[in-house]
Amino acid sequence: MSLLDYFKTNKKPSTAVTAKERLQIIVAHQRGERDAPDYFPQMKQEIIEVIRKYVQVGPDQVSVQLDQNDENLSVLELNVTLPEQN
Amino acid sequence: MAQIIVVTSGKGGVGKTTSSAAIATGLAMKGHKTVVIDFDIGLRNLDLIMGCERRVVYDFVNVINGEANLNQALIKDKRTPKLFVLPASQTRDKDALTKEGVGKVLEDLAKDFEYIICDSPAGIETGAMMALYFADVAIVTTNPEVSSVRDSDRILGMLQSKSKRAEDGLEPVKEYLLLTRYSPARVTTGEMLSVQDVEEILAIPLIGVIPESQAVLKASNSGVPVIIDQESDAGMAYSDAVERLLGEELPFRFLKEEKKGFLKRIFGS
Repeated sequence: MSLLDYFKTNKKPSTAVTAKERLQIIVAHQRGERDAPDYFPQMKQEIIEVIRKYVQVGPDQVSVQLDQNDENLSVLELNVTLPEQN
Repeated sequence: MAQIIVVTSGKGGVGKTTSSAAIATGLAMKGHKTVVIDFDIGLRNLDLIMGCERRVVYDFVNVINGEANLNQALIKDKRTPKLFVLPASQTRDKDALTKEGVGKVLEDLAKDFEYIICDSPAGIETGAMMALYFADVAIVTTNPEVSSVRDSDRILGMLQSKSKRAEDGLEPVKEYLLLTRYSPARVTTGEMLSVQDVEEILAIPLIGVIPESQAVLKASNSGVPVIIDQESDAGMAYSDAVERLLGEELPFRFLKEEKKGFLKRIFGS
């Protein structure tokens, strides 16, 4: 930074801060998937396909999540947003 | 018993080979018999960085396939005693590396060497997985930049699930962060993630911070590991990292912007 920079009205948040925030989100997401068993992505895909046989839903309307709260308990959470009935 | 150290990153071009060459040379300079292995089958480059490209006769894959023995394939470094290079093959495909083959070569090297440095290729394909599979220690080379940090986190996941130590339920691979191409000036202006930012996101201990340095290109131009250039900031930073790897506690250098002269303060650089 030079002395001249002090006179510029540049008060945008720094890009490094943006980078850090984006990374924190993506890394947290990545780590959630890291602990899932190897079969999980495929199982997720197949569950979605089964639902789509009966109901018209897009891939972003189905969320499948595995939560391992403690060593003895894993919860498979399936969340489907059903389309409105006409 | 030899220690197997993988230099890895996920992302390409962050400085794995430069770091492998520097760290291997540094360990040998400290008197430890060290071998550095290029796992980048088909795209070998470690030989160039080490300055021994014209002395390659046999390679890693020849040894795995039994076409040459280790003594024929190992290249003795001309500058640093106790330092050897095992080059990658230039022609074969990466499937030439098998767990059994790589394991056998590492086992044989472990009888004779104190440190085995595995220079991983980029990506998460066979070569990269083989380089990290047998590791005791991982040096995760990262640039202060979003894609590099994200890929480093992916590699940490691999180390924790796909390494031999993880599969056998042994003590996990020791993971260290090596931050390369760091520009303190750009951190000050808010254009670059700081050491603390990257440490916080990856949550592994820091082993070194290598400043962005003209010495790195100069060193690779002439085929001399940058750690040999002890006048340079990068060379000194690698020396510090090697000492930390050997258990020393040193303060981190080159984290602050260098002082500018009067004219630069006024007109910028």
